[in-house]
Amino acid sequence: MTDVATAVTTRRRLLVPEALRGNYLVLGGGLVLLCLVLVAVFAPLLAPFPEDAANATHAANGLQPPSSAHWFGTDQVGRDIFSRVLYGTRVSLEISALVLIAAVAVGVPLGVAAGYFGGFIDDVIMRVTDVFLAFPALLLALALAAVLGASAENATLALAITWWPWYARLARGQAASVAGRQYIESARALGLSNFRIIGRHVLPNSLTPVLVQMSLDAGGVIITVAGLSFLGLGAQDPTPEWGLMVAHGQAFFTTHWWVATFPGVAILLAAMAFNLVGDGLREALDPKRVIFR
Amino acid sequence: MARFLIRRTLLGLLVVAGVLALTFLIARVVPGDPAASWAGPHASPQQLAKARSALGLDKSAPAQIVDYFSGIVSGDWGTSIHTRRPVLDDLGTRLPPSIQLVVAGLILALVIGIPLGIVSAVWRGRLPDFFGRIVAVAGVSMPVFWLALLLQLLFFQRLHLLPVAGQYDPGLDDTNPLTTITNMTVVDAAITGNFAVLGSALEHLVLPAVVIAAYPAGLVARMVRGSLLETMGETHIRMVRALGFPEWQVYLRFALKPALNPVISILGLVFAYSLTNTFLVEAIFNWPGIGSYAADSVQSLDTPSIVGVALVVALLYVAANFIVDVVQASLDPRIRLR
Repeated sequence: MTDVATAVTTRRRLLVPEALRGNYLVLGGGLVLLCLVLVAVFAPLLAPFPEDAANATHAANGLQPPSSAHWFGTDQVGRDIFSRVLYGTRVSLEISALVLIAAVAVGVPLGVAAGYFGGFIDDVIMRVTDVFLAFPALLLALALAAVLGASAENATLALAITWWPWYARLARGQAASVAGRQYIESARALGLSNFRIIGRHVLPNSLTPVLVQMSLDAGGVIITVAGLSFLGLGAQDPTPEWGLMVAHGQAFFTTHWWVATFPGVAILLAAMAFNLVGDGLREALDPKRVIFR
Repeated sequence: MARFLIRRTLLGLLVVAGVLALTFLIARVVPGDPAASWAGPHASPQQLAKARSALGLDKSAPAQIVDYFSGIVSGDWGTSIHTRRPVLDDLGTRLPPSIQLVVAGLILALVIGIPLGIVSAVWRGRLPDFFGRIVAVAGVSMPVFWLALLLQLLFFQRLHLLPVAGQYDPGLDDTNPLTTITNMTVVDAAITGNFAVLGSALEHLVLPAVVIAAYPAGLVARMVRGSLLETMGETHIRMVRALGFPEWQVYLRFALKPALNPVISILGLVFAYSLTNTFLVEAIFNWPGIGSYAADSVQSLDTPSIVGVALVVALLYVAANFIVDVVQASLDPRIRLR
């Protein structure tokens, strides 16, 4: 039966590039995503004024419009917005990776347990996720961030707390659909422990949809983090966080449009790239599933 | 159907109880020692003990939860720190304008999203689909607070087309005073026949509603496209085609209705999500709703108000999902049996 499972995974692996061929939207999204990762890694080399992403201020140079020296202009304390937007890629990718890894680490084991064992365990876990799902991500994150204090770390924690139930639900559905299959029954008849059955046969089946969901959610996390920072509940100055930069630009947006515009474009581009790639993966791997969010 | 309703109601109540427990946790347990913050930084042990009993913290944990629950049920949601009014009164005046805004946004989203999804599905893989999908993905990826700023700049400052702040022109208060009934300006103006205010209110509604509509419109377009394509593969569509119905009828008359089912099922979720998006948007448009209230509460670290907002939005979400489930079950008998 392991052979069958391997065969299925290899077939899927082969299918991905083939299904993506000719899909320019997904390819475009992937390309943007690749650029974002490269920018995040090489930000210190690419940014013309790396010190502007940290504590540097040049008050005399404040609110300069875009020019050849400052491609995106400068902000209220004279920092180069282009450099800060580049460094912002790091902040956003880091936070969304942390949030999603934490959400998967908590949600997937719970969901798999609920789906595999069923019955009472299933009921308890799923009702708890229902309660958490009743709080839209931004709302619970807002309440938690307000109570815990405003910082990038607390915003990350708050978002992880709001995001895990989605993965619990997803993993539960996958595990439940597998749990009744004959090869699981025969594994049980062979005397394999539940732990081993889950680890070797149930969990791998949940991974593909979880990965697709992660790439779709990454865009949502980036937007939500930016929103929290925009409200003053996330990253704090001088962190080059995109949402925070838009918030800074809001005060003089009508006279100095560039301060808020470029970080906003970065948020939109990053979120679109993740959504396009997630969409493409989903369509390639499993065209029938319709996912919210 | 009766069994479904009972089961669904019990489940809904269970979630509501859980929501109450979670807000209790946020309100009481997380901020460390509430008695210490109540009594001030230099409180003596006696003052602390007094604060403790005043807040009911000397009681056992279950007794505290019962106190909290009965307070919520009897309408005592605490007092807001920044407005110094009962939280429930604040929510009563602040919620209706937001509901008006979100409902307008959702209607707009359906009006834009459904045709966009149909166009994408009909011309799948071709140029209209390409642009349709870009627009849809941009909608779900849009940082709404940024879109709000851009639209303000464009339509107010540059084009002088649309107003950007408040619910209607305050100058009308002198000439055509608005009677407040529901606190939703458009509804109130329509009921009382105050057409001057109605026109102004609709004008003021356009930009914020467009911003709120961005996410649901993209989502609806994606879902309609996906589920329409799926429906087109089903046998009843082949049957209809074989019978020689024109292609537009195949899509609009036979495929669209079943394809809209999943869209209906997410409306409850989308409603709640859009309500939280008002947190980001209302302050920008100076809209006196629950979103700007939440933003103000956060600025002043007003825990009772924040918990109140969280509670009311979560309850609305549970209610919206309940209504959606019941509507779906009454439309589709298969769902009742689950």
